[in-house]
Amino acid sequence: MNLRKVVPLLIYILFLLVPIYWLLNMSFKSNNEILSGLTVWPRHFTLDNYRVIFTDPSWYTGYINSLYYVSLNTVISLSVALPAAYAFSRYRFLGDKHLFFWLLTNRMSPPAVFLLPFFQLYSSIGLFDTHIAVALAHCLFNVPLAVWILEGFMSGVPKEIDETAYIDGYTFPKFFIRIFVPLIGSGIGVTAFFCFMFSWVELLLARTLTSVNAKPIAAVMTRTVSASGIDWGVLAAAGVLTILPGMLVIWFVRNHVAKGFALGRV
Amino acid sequence: MNKVPNNKAWWLVLPVFLLVAFSAVVPMMTVVNYSVQDIFDQSSRYFVGADWYRQVLLDPSLHDSLLRQFIYSGCVLLIEIPLGIAIALTMPARGRWSSLCLIVLAIPLLIPWNVVGTIWQIFGRADIGLLGATLSWLGISYNYATNTMDAWVTVLVMDVWHWTSLVALLCYSGLRAIPDVYYQAARIDRASAWAVFRHIQLPKMKNVLLIAVMLRFMDSFMIYTEPFVLTGGGPGNATTFLSQTLTKMAVGQFDLGPAAAFSLVYFLIILLVSWLFYTAMTHADKE
Amino acid sequence: MDWMAWTLPTAAFFTAIALLLVGMTFAELHSPCIERRGFLPIATTRGDRLFIGLLVSAWVHLLVIGVTDWSLWVASLLSLLWLLIVLRWG
Repeated sequence: MNLRKVVPLLIYILFLLVPIYWLLNMSFKSNNEILSGLTVWPRHFTLDNYRVIFTDPSWYTGYINSLYYVSLNTVISLSVALPAAYAFSRYRFLGDKHLFFWLLTNRMSPPAVFLLPFFQLYSSIGLFDTHIAVALAHCLFNVPLAVWILEGFMSGVPKEIDETAYIDGYTFPKFFIRIFVPLIGSGIGVTAFFCFMFSWVELLLARTLTSVNAKPIAAVMTRTVSASGIDWGVLAAAGVLTILPGMLVIWFVRNHVAKGFALGRV
Repeated sequence: MNKVPNNKAWWLVLPVFLLVAFSAVVPMMTVVNYSVQDIFDQSSRYFVGADWYRQVLLDPSLHDSLLRQFIYSGCVLLIEIPLGIAIALTMPARGRWSSLCLIVLAIPLLIPWNVVGTIWQIFGRADIGLLGATLSWLGISYNYATNTMDAWVTVLVMDVWHWTSLVALLCYSGLRAIPDVYYQAARIDRASAWAVFRHIQLPKMKNVLLIAVMLRFMDSFMIYTEPFVLTGGGPGNATTFLSQTLTKMAVGQFDLGPAAAFSLVYFLIILLVSWLFYTAMTHADKE
Repeated sequence: MDWMAWTLPTAAFFTAIALLLVGMTFAELHSPCIERRGFLPIATTRGDRLFIGLLVSAWVHLLVIGVTDWSLWVASLLSLLWLLIVLRWG
């Protein structure tokens, strides 16, 4: 470790953390303290802002809704992407390259204008304002990503393993679940992490496809603007709480993520 | 790896195909349908042919927002790619510090996009934000809500804060894939740090860099939520990027036809650029 | 299906695309094609050439609309010609 490397890195990490610290700092202050002047740490430490969120159902159901559709999306994305990624990594088939590129293009289409068709599509099949609608809509960008990452991991598993298993009399489903899935466990972890992340941070589609029952937390946050101005303290507290699930998830998969990055696919 | 030709593999891909087609093809077709009609409501709509396309292609305000978008994406790439590479080079290679670095770098990526906007909205305000207050304490007049330049800089800094980590993490993964032997050989040759970077690290990072450029280009090209929360597109139209113009047209003014036509133009731009990148990438893989 | 706001020309357009894809599939099953190098700078398969042809055609249409005031049929004719050329010699 030399100083010429550590100092710039530390400066950058500081740059990353200071805005987050500021949010955290504000979430422990009362609105009076926030508006009366700048304090680098809370003078009158208070948990009131968090209390508001955890006692008001319209706040905490937002969290439950978000977590619910994000988990649903992760499960759906993984379960359809696993066999597809296997196919892409092991076989050549008609139109495989074009299909792969088409999948990737769905990550690029601008969501802004597809909002209205999306709204009408899900209304017309009676799924508007349900968790499954948001989960399905997020599959649009998560499934291609999941296929892409998983394909990278699966290509790293030697094909001899498949062949030996087939010779030993395993059928495909049995081989896939008993042998293959455990082999790429860390890949599945990384993929789940990325699906979780992209579904968690997305707001536009989630907000459009929901109104009351499945409203995500990020959309609830826009409510803090009231007649008496913006309730900065509660807004900051809600912001901090939206960061927490992501941090928990990355803590659990940190070693896998390093490995996933090492494959250069993520 | 040698892949076996087998068309039965389609059965494995079918669920993905159906799921994505459902969410992608139906809305896409609808947008194409909108783009050739003048729509007042569900029952009264008229076929207008290519009129909307002509209108949006000749509309100066859309040219402006397209130009702004290209400048913005260009700036994002010019700042984030070199910065990301630099950070990846300074990160410790292994040990607990490296996983700590990975986690800290990943934090901004995990924050919902509107919260990113909120964080910077608060952080930049002169009355309650640390950045705004520090700048005005230093005697620099700074107000992202009224000054065009300040708004631009704030949105750019926010994007750098938000996304440089992605580039850094990708480059880091590329760097880890270089065997130590290469570095030992370089040390024997007494290669300078620059030579090591130019002839060993950069070529090895080429693929992940292409992915990074592609992802950053695509995502910065459709940026919506963060500037919307931070500046609302203002002051004036200074930070109104493409997605926002489109959303305003489609949802705000209900000009579905022009909005649809323009979004298809926009999609063609992205499709062309991404295809070029993708071809370059798969081509590099082959060699 | 009413909300999708179908019109005859767009329906015809999508049908044509779908038919093209089906046709390409059968062509591929009947006589699998090998990657080759034509006047394009990269080696391409039949599907690649179709994609390049369609993408360029879309851009030709946009250019004709945006830059000139020719009729759209000119653009369509040019595109068709380009498609044939690229599929045959690309």
